[in-house]
Amino acid sequence: MIRIEPRENPSRAFAIGIPILSAVISLALAAIPLLAAGANPLTAYGEMIKGVFGSVFALSEMLTRATPLIFTGLAAALAFRAKLWNIGAEGQLYLGAMAAVAIGSGYLDAPGIVLLPLIILLGAGAGAAGMMAPAYLKVRFGADEVVTTLLLNFIILIFLQMMLEGPLQDPMGLGWPQSAPVLDQGMLPPLIERMRVHSGLIIALVLAGIAQFMLARSVWGFKLRAVGENAAAARHAGINVNRSLFGVAAISGALAGLAGVSEVAGLKGYLTSDLSPGFGYTGIVVAMLAGLSPAGVVVAALFIASVFVGADSMSRAMGVSSFLADLVVSMSLLCVLVGGFLAKYRILRTREAVS
Amino acid sequence: MMDLLNILLSESFWAASLRIATPLIFGVLGALICERAGVLNLGIEGIFVVGAMCGWMAVWLGAGLWGGVLAAAAAGALFGLLHAVLTVPLGLSQHVSGLGITLFATSVSYFTYRTALPNVSSPPRIEPFKALDIPLLSDLPFLGPVLFQQTALTWLALLMVALVWYVMNRTALGVAIQAVGDNPDSVDAQGLSVYGLRIGAIVAGSALMALGGAFLTMSAFDAFFFGMVNGRGWVCIALVIFASWRPGKALFGALLFGAFDALQVRLQTEMGALVPGQVFLMAPYILSIIALVIAARSADYPRALLTPWFKGQR
Repeated sequence: MIRIEPRENPSRAFAIGIPILSAVISLALAAIPLLAAGANPLTAYGEMIKGVFGSVFALSEMLTRATPLIFTGLAAALAFRAKLWNIGAEGQLYLGAMAAVAIGSGYLDAPGIVLLPLIILLGAGAGAAGMMAPAYLKVRFGADEVVTTLLLNFIILIFLQMMLEGPLQDPMGLGWPQSAPVLDQGMLPPLIERMRVHSGLIIALVLAGIAQFMLARSVWGFKLRAVGENAAAARHAGINVNRSLFGVAAISGALAGLAGVSEVAGLKGYLTSDLSPGFGYTGIVVAMLAGLSPAGVVVAALFIASVFVGADSMSRAMGVSSFLADLVVSMSLLCVLVGGFLAKYRILRTREAVS
Repeated sequence: MMDLLNILLSESFWAASLRIATPLIFGVLGALICERAGVLNLGIEGIFVVGAMCGWMAVWLGAGLWGGVLAAAAAGALFGLLHAVLTVPLGLSQHVSGLGITLFATSVSYFTYRTALPNVSSPPRIEPFKALDIPLLSDLPFLGPVLFQQTALTWLALLMVALVWYVMNRTALGVAIQAVGDNPDSVDAQGLSVYGLRIGAIVAGSALMALGGAFLTMSAFDAFFFGMVNGRGWVCIALVIFASWRPGKALFGALLFGAFDALQVRLQTEMGALVPGQVFLMAPYILSIIALVIAARSADYPRALLTPWFKGQR
């Protein structure tokens, strides 16, 4: 007979050890699909490491990839802390990106010191609005935000295509569904000469720091955690639960919107409908690997970005499909989920059945 | 207005509605079984992809159409089992596990497809299910083209509605599944296995979901494309709330959705010059959200939905 009982004091070592172990296990499990694809796993791992750490360029690519994942990871981590299931970061990302090109690609020809903050604020605002709507439907009508945010992702993507073939289309773009480029002074400056890594990364890191501090130390963070742990008890203790939910919805949406701003105004320069290869969804994995801690999000985003960039590079060298990266990422989510169980509970063998 | 009336009276419109509704019928029934047993299965979107890929690939490898259907169901059941193990005995977050299953199932499917067919530009086609031509019945005016020129998988979906309704409402098994989603302690007190019932329901529900995906590659189209499921799984999760977890209303919801989707395609060709086509493409998703908002307040959720249950812990 097997019995499961909660651990008295979930240890801190578990909180850090389990995500690391999950990352290692998911990478090790990747050997199976690699073998199935007829590749030597050791060579493949070597190519992946080279593709991430082999040169300054490779490292810059990894940091570039990590930047939007820090934003979307934070968006998921904060919302999930309050048990607000924002699965709509993908859509909110595009709302932020649309706002950025709407104001930034010629509509307002202001100096950079005005234009850039405006782009950032509008992008964050658009993302926030994109999460306030499902939060309102949840509070007012009891409509499950998982479903509404998921469906909104599809609605926003179609809306994006409409905008890119309509008001936002580049008149000089020869009919391609893409926006006009963001004005030079509206772009986030690059961090290293001739490399793609840009100052969006600095914004992401600063916001992660602020989020970490606010969550752990502020009254706002305390209320947020209380709402997430037990909404009924929080309400009883006089916390305005709905206000907390709207607050975290706005912040979560704004962070996802900033991912879009950072991709458009930091990296691509213009907007197309394939701006994000699922950064919104991957942000959920980042947040879970991070144990919903903002500081952890940074580390987890670096890991996931390494997997993607490494797998891309390995794919080019060895001809194995780069979908391998998605496999590793999804397996790491499942591993960390199981690991979370082992941290919280002990599995005991007992002689007889317990009643 | 005349145009709208013409559309609504045409045979092809209703035939298309039923065709579009078919994968949703499978999906909503699958989600319904899981949720009636108390477990949300957000793996549905990925299980659709797995069903679409495995069904297609089995046929492509020469297993025959029904072999493909079996392969799809088996693959769906396998991913359902994984979700069941994570959420039932381990009692992990059903939201996160479901999303994990969706990501995992999708990437397994895409990786397998890419690895099996590394260098194809146009996806290989299979010979899909043909419309069942039933003598006499197919020649009936109106009903003939609408009902009796659908493929076998549409018939299977309708049969499943009846089967799920029967099992849920008329058998001891159905009563036990509903009880385990409402009050698992009472089921345990009767000496039935809560774990067994929940795991079984998730596995069966997931197999049904995968058939929805298989319909896409084996009946609606004749090949597998990336991104072809396109949110159909999530629509099913909204529809099952709209249907109050009842098989009959699930059929109604899926048909309503199918009719709306068929209508938007036709309106798009009629009014394409006036309104951007995307407005119509958005409509089905918006409709799902509206259906959810309308139904949410009065929804009679299975009482133990999302609540893990551990043996020996009251």
